[in-house]
Amino acid sequence: MTITRLRRQLLAGETTPAATLGKLAGEISARDGQTGAYLSHDLEAALAEAANADLSLPLGGIPIAIKDNINVLGQPCTCGSKFLENFISPYDATVIRKLRAAGAIPFGRMNQDEFAMGSSTENSALQTTRNPHDHSRVPGGSSGGSAAAVADLTAIAALGSDTGGSIRQPASHCGVVGLKPSYGRVSRYGLVAFASSLDQIGPLTQSVEDAALILQAIAGGDPLDSTCLDAPVPDYLSGLNDGVKGLKLGIPKEYFGEGIDPGVRKNVEAAIQKLAAQGAEIVKISLPHTEHAVATYYVIAPAEASSNLSRFDGIRYGHRAANPADILDLYKKSREEGFGPEVKRRIILGTYVLSSGYYDAYYSRAQKVRTLIRRDFETAFQQVDAILSPVAPSPARKIGGFSDDPLHEYLSDIFTIAANLAGIPGISIPCGSTDFDGGKSLPVGLQILAPHLGEAKLLQIAKAAEA
Amino acid sequence: MSHSHIDVRYVANLARLELTDEEVATFQPQLEAILSHVEALSKLDVSGIEPTAHAGAVFGKMRDDTPHESLSQAAMLQNAPDQAQGQIRVPKVVTDA
Repeated sequence: MTITRLRRQLLAGETTPAATLGKLAGEISARDGQTGAYLSHDLEAALAEAANADLSLPLGGIPIAIKDNINVLGQPCTCGSKFLENFISPYDATVIRKLRAAGAIPFGRMNQDEFAMGSSTENSALQTTRNPHDHSRVPGGSSGGSAAAVADLTAIAALGSDTGGSIRQPASHCGVVGLKPSYGRVSRYGLVAFASSLDQIGPLTQSVEDAALILQAIAGGDPLDSTCLDAPVPDYLSGLNDGVKGLKLGIPKEYFGEGIDPGVRKNVEAAIQKLAAQGAEIVKISLPHTEHAVATYYVIAPAEASSNLSRFDGIRYGHRAANPADILDLYKKSREEGFGPEVKRRIILGTYVLSSGYYDAYYSRAQKVRTLIRRDFETAFQQVDAILSPVAPSPARKIGGFSDDPLHEYLSDIFTIAANLAGIPGISIPCGSTDFDGGKSLPVGLQILAPHLGEAKLLQIAKAAEA
Repeated sequence: MSHSHIDVRYVANLARLELTDEEVATFQPQLEAILSHVEALSKLDVSGIEPTAHAGAVFGKMRDDTPHESLSQAAMLQNAPDQAQGQIRVPKVVTDA
């Protein structure tokens, strides 16, 4: 059930917001015990909102599932961490305020990798989430709960956050649409910060049109987030069906090299041919610094994380260790007990690259390489309107596959992280399925990247690829 | 960036993380593998390149300096691990000499 279709039914009086919530709660009881996408859901609070739903609004009466790192007043916000296991949000994030203003009802707290650090949702300290297409596999991550629920039809649509691919990659693995907006397009006020120069909130949906509807509601300036742009928000729906005739679409050779699963390659190439058949001009391009994107990202993101996560000290909220010897012991024990291994690894890595004697060699250098990566895209977008690529080198892997080899897992982020480093928007849309690694047929995603604030054209191309 | 050795225990202390010996033993090779990968950046010529701290950065954006309601005391305290008399309570941090 898409937002578009549910909206028609609501307006025609064929169903009500309360009935929709009741039906979703039924689907959750029936299937989410297996999938594990929801950490919690508060039907009573949602029904109270449904009673006052204004169906004339663009998202009137539509329930939207929320990743567990976005604050919703009175609901848990665990970030998939033991540290915040008992935290209840005292306020609404700006995106939630905007969703409510558009008539939507936040419903459900979605599992994620702890503090959004990971690509499988296995780093959640609270729960395992399984891929609805094959329960022995990961849903991707870090917004794995959001993607899995939309794929499992236990949610109409969801919000996630994307720091290095955390919306697009799980969308690809679960066969749904996932949009990471441009840096600054959507306010992060109320999103628990991971890496502040990279984080963006965006929708995971069952259709491109639904992604446009949600982006329309959440985009725009915010006095509470100084990085959020005041640039006017265009109408993302009016040009959605304009097609790709005459558009130039770039194929970066660095994104189609070795190491890509043949099934992924075949499906992505078929999607490109489909767009060519609709009149798009396919242009070979180069993004020469692609090979350095993973290294650059895994300096900058942990550095920012080590700083952002210093707020979790056991004093004002979250976990506090019992019987500390002194204040230092309280900090160290609370953090040791509250954080899982991936979070600790990244905090240590980030602290190291920022520490005296290493700052210039790692952090400062990575920021300069980030400039080179950004320029690659600026040059490419002088030749083409958008860029097409796979989202991930392979479909969803088995649960437990890379547990001892974090570097290997990091390398699989290669196609998504450059968009965050460059601040440009990207979308993942389903483009077929393939047998992989002896598993059942698994979804494959096509990634489309556009210039900064180019969401309207991005969605227009995605719609053509989806059709 | 000539080597990728990291003193995990030392850095963890800077980050206010107590680690078990097991964790140190696990993280050591993992972090060194990651740092070895990162070393590839040292081969790039970045002379004269400006660093990018934020993509599409906004500078000096200010909001109007007008008073507005913020969270109530009760809302601020609702997640405190320990509280008393409307304040967050912490263990005694000053010891007798």
